[in-house]
Amino acid sequence: MRKDRREFLKVSVAASAATLVPDTISSDTTVAGGEVKNAGAFGVLVDTVLCVGCRQCERACHKANGICEKDPESFSDRTLLESPRRPDECAYTVVNRIAGTDPKYWMKMQCMHCNEPACASACIVGALTKDNRGPVVYDAWKCIGCRYCFLACPFDIPAYEYGNALNPQVRKCTFCYQRFGESEFQPACVSVCPGGALTFGTREELIDLALLRMKRAPDKYVDDIYGRHEVGGTSWMYLAGVDFASTSLPRVGSQPISALTEKIQHGVFKSFVPPLVLYGLLGLIMHSLRENKQEVRENNEQQI
Amino acid sequence: MNSKFEALPFQTRFFTRGTTILAVIAGLGVAGYVYRLIFGLEAATNLSNEYPWGIWKTINVVAGVALAAAGFTTAAVADIFHRERYHVLVRPAILTALLGYTFAVIGLIADLGRYYNIWHPIIPSMWQGDSVLFEVGMCVMMYLCVLYIEFLPTVVERYKNRVHLPGPLSYLNPIVESLLDVCERYLVRFISLFIIAGVVLSCLHQSSLGALMLVAPTKMHPIWNSPISPILFLLSAIAVGFPMLIFELILISRTFHRPPEIPLLKQVARYVPVLLGAYLAVRIGDLTLRELWPYVLNGSFEAYAFIFEIGAGVIIPLILLSHERIRRSADGLLVSVILVILGVVVNRVNVFLVAYKPLDTSASYFPSLIEIAVTVGLISTLVLIYRFFVVKLPVIPRPCEQPALSHDRSQPFVRQLKGE
Repeated sequence: MRKDRREFLKVSVAASAATLVPDTISSDTTVAGGEVKNAGAFGVLVDTVLCVGCRQCERACHKANGICEKDPESFSDRTLLESPRRPDECAYTVVNRIAGTDPKYWMKMQCMHCNEPACASACIVGALTKDNRGPVVYDAWKCIGCRYCFLACPFDIPAYEYGNALNPQVRKCTFCYQRFGESEFQPACVSVCPGGALTFGTREELIDLALLRMKRAPDKYVDDIYGRHEVGGTSWMYLAGVDFASTSLPRVGSQPISALTEKIQHGVFKSFVPPLVLYGLLGLIMHSLRENKQEVRENNEQQI
Repeated sequence: MNSKFEALPFQTRFFTRGTTILAVIAGLGVAGYVYRLIFGLEAATNLSNEYPWGIWKTINVVAGVALAAAGFTTAAVADIFHRERYHVLVRPAILTALLGYTFAVIGLIADLGRYYNIWHPIIPSMWQGDSVLFEVGMCVMMYLCVLYIEFLPTVVERYKNRVHLPGPLSYLNPIVESLLDVCERYLVRFISLFIIAGVVLSCLHQSSLGALMLVAPTKMHPIWNSPISPILFLLSAIAVGFPMLIFELILISRTFHRPPEIPLLKQVARYVPVLLGAYLAVRIGDLTLRELWPYVLNGSFEAYAFIFEIGAGVIIPLILLSHERIRRSADGLLVSVILVILGVVVNRVNVFLVAYKPLDTSASYFPSLIEIAVTVGLISTLVLIYRFFVVKLPVIPRPCEQPALSHDRSQPFVRQLKGE
C-alpha cells in the first residue's frame, strides 16, 4: 500500500509542480508538442478587426446543420448582437459585440477545436475525438449523456438537448466535419463571410497569415494570436483590435486543460502496477496476520 | 463464532408510523423519477449548459459513494488486519455500501441523458484510459459486483436449506437452493480474494472522484482546486466510514427499541478523531503550501462555505470525539457523527457546485422540486430497504443472549448492557 501511495503522491506532486510552472516557461514545449501532433491540421482564423457583425455566419451555420426551427429572417436582427449570447444547442455559433468597444468590434464564438481537447480527454466512452484534420467530432451513438465534457471544456461550448427525453445529444460546432473531404471545402460560416473575417486553412498557414496582418497593420491589431498557445493550441484562432482580456474569450494559460488529470490517470494505472502492488500487499498482510491470530487462539486454548 | 456479538435478523413488523412516512416520501421520489424518464431533464431539473451537474450527481452519486465507504474500511480493519472485535460490524458495513452504491447507480441513471447507454464503458472499443470518469465508472461497477459477493454469506447463512418461496413460486425452491449451494461453494469460499479487491477498487475510485473536477482547472475556485484533491477525497471517505456506521447502528437501536452497543461503538469511535485529524492536517497543509489563506478570509460566500465545511464538519466533531465522555454517550456520538457526515456531504457539494464557476457569470443553479424529491426519495427508499434487510437477514450485531452461543469474554459486555 505504501508503495502505491508513494507512487501516487509522486505523480500528484509532479503534476502540481507542472501546474505551478508559469505559462511563459512551459508554453514552448507544449505548443511544439501540440503542433507536431496536429501537423497539417486545418483551422480557421477569426479576424475580429475585419468582422462587420452581419450574422451571416450564424444564418449559414443554422442552415447547414438544420438545428432547431428558426425564422431565417431572425438573423437580420442586429440588436441581438448587443446581448451577451453564448452558443447553445440551437446555435453552434453566435456573434456578439465586444463589450465597451467603440468603434464596435464583434466576436464570433464557437467550438475552438482544441489541439488537446479536454472534452475528449474527459469523455468516459470516447464519444468525443480529435480528428487529425482538425475537427473535434462527437459520436452520439457512444455517448451516455453524462455531460462531463461540459465541465472539462474551458470555453463552455458543449450544449445539451435537455428538452429531448429519449435521444438527447451534445451539440456544438462540428467544423462542418461531414463535408471535410469535398473539393473547395470551406465550413458554412467561412464560405458566406462577406468581410473576409474568416479564413480557412492549415494551422501553419493561418498563423503565418495572422503574423503578416499584424505586421502590416500593427496599429490595428494587438500583438497576440488567441489560440496559438492557449490550452496547447486550438484549431480556431483569433486576431483582435483590443486586448483579449476584454473579450469573452477566457484566460486559460497554455497548458492543455487535461494535462493534470491525464498525468494522474496514467501514473496510477501505469501498466496496472500500482493497483496490483496494493492488492499483493493487502493479501500479504491478510495472510500473515491470520497466522498470528491462529497462533494466539491456539495458545489461548492451551492455556484454558 | 468466538465473537461477543452475533448477527441476527430482527424478525419484527416491517411497517410502523415512521416507515409509512418514509414510504410516502419514497413514493414521491419514484413519481419524480418516472416524470424525469418520460418528460426529460429539462422538464424535471434546473440543469443548464452552464451547470450541467446538479444534486443528483453531487449528492446521490458522489456524496453517496463517500458515505458508503464503511464497506471497505470495515472490511480492511476486520478482515485484512484481523481486528476481530470489529468483525460484527462487517455485515452492516457491507449492507451500507451495497445499498449506497446501488442507489448511487440508480441516481446516476436519472441524471444521464442517454441512460440506456450506461453499460458502454464496459465495451473495450469504448475504453478511454485518459478519462478520470472512466476509471470511476469501471471501479464502481466492479466494486458493486464485489459487494454483492461479499453480502452473499449473509444470505446463504439465512436461507441455505431453508428456502420456502410462497405458493406458486415454490417449485423454484430446489433451483434457488442449488444456486445458494453454488454460491457458497465457489464464491463464499474465495471471499478473501474479493475482500482485497474491494479495498483496492475503493481506494482507486474514492480518490479518483476527487480528481474529477481537476479537469476544469480554469473554472474552479482555488480553495477546492487542489492537485492533491484525490488524496483529500480518499482520506475524507475513510474518515466518514465509521461515523456512518455508528450513525446507522444508533438509529437502528432506537427504532428497534434496544440499548445501543456502546462498548463496541465507542471503540470504533476512537478511530474517528485520528482519521479526521489526518484529513485536517493534509487539508491545512495543502492550503498553506498553495498560499490560499487570503481566499479563506475574504468574506466571500465560498469562504464561508469552506469555513462551515471544515469547522462544523471536521474541527467540531474532531474535538467532540476526542472526549471519552462523549464517545460513551449515545447522544454525544450521534451528534458528532452527524456532523462528520454533514461535513463530507458539504465538502462534495462545495467541490462540485460551489467551487465551479462557468464562464457565464450570470448563470446560477438551484435544484428544482423534482430534483429534490428524487434525491430525498432515493435516500428514503434506501433506508426502507435497509430496514427490510435488517429485519429479514442476520446483519445487525446483538449481544448473544443464549448461553450456548456466548463466549466467556462476552460476559462483561452483556452485563454492562444489562446494567444500563
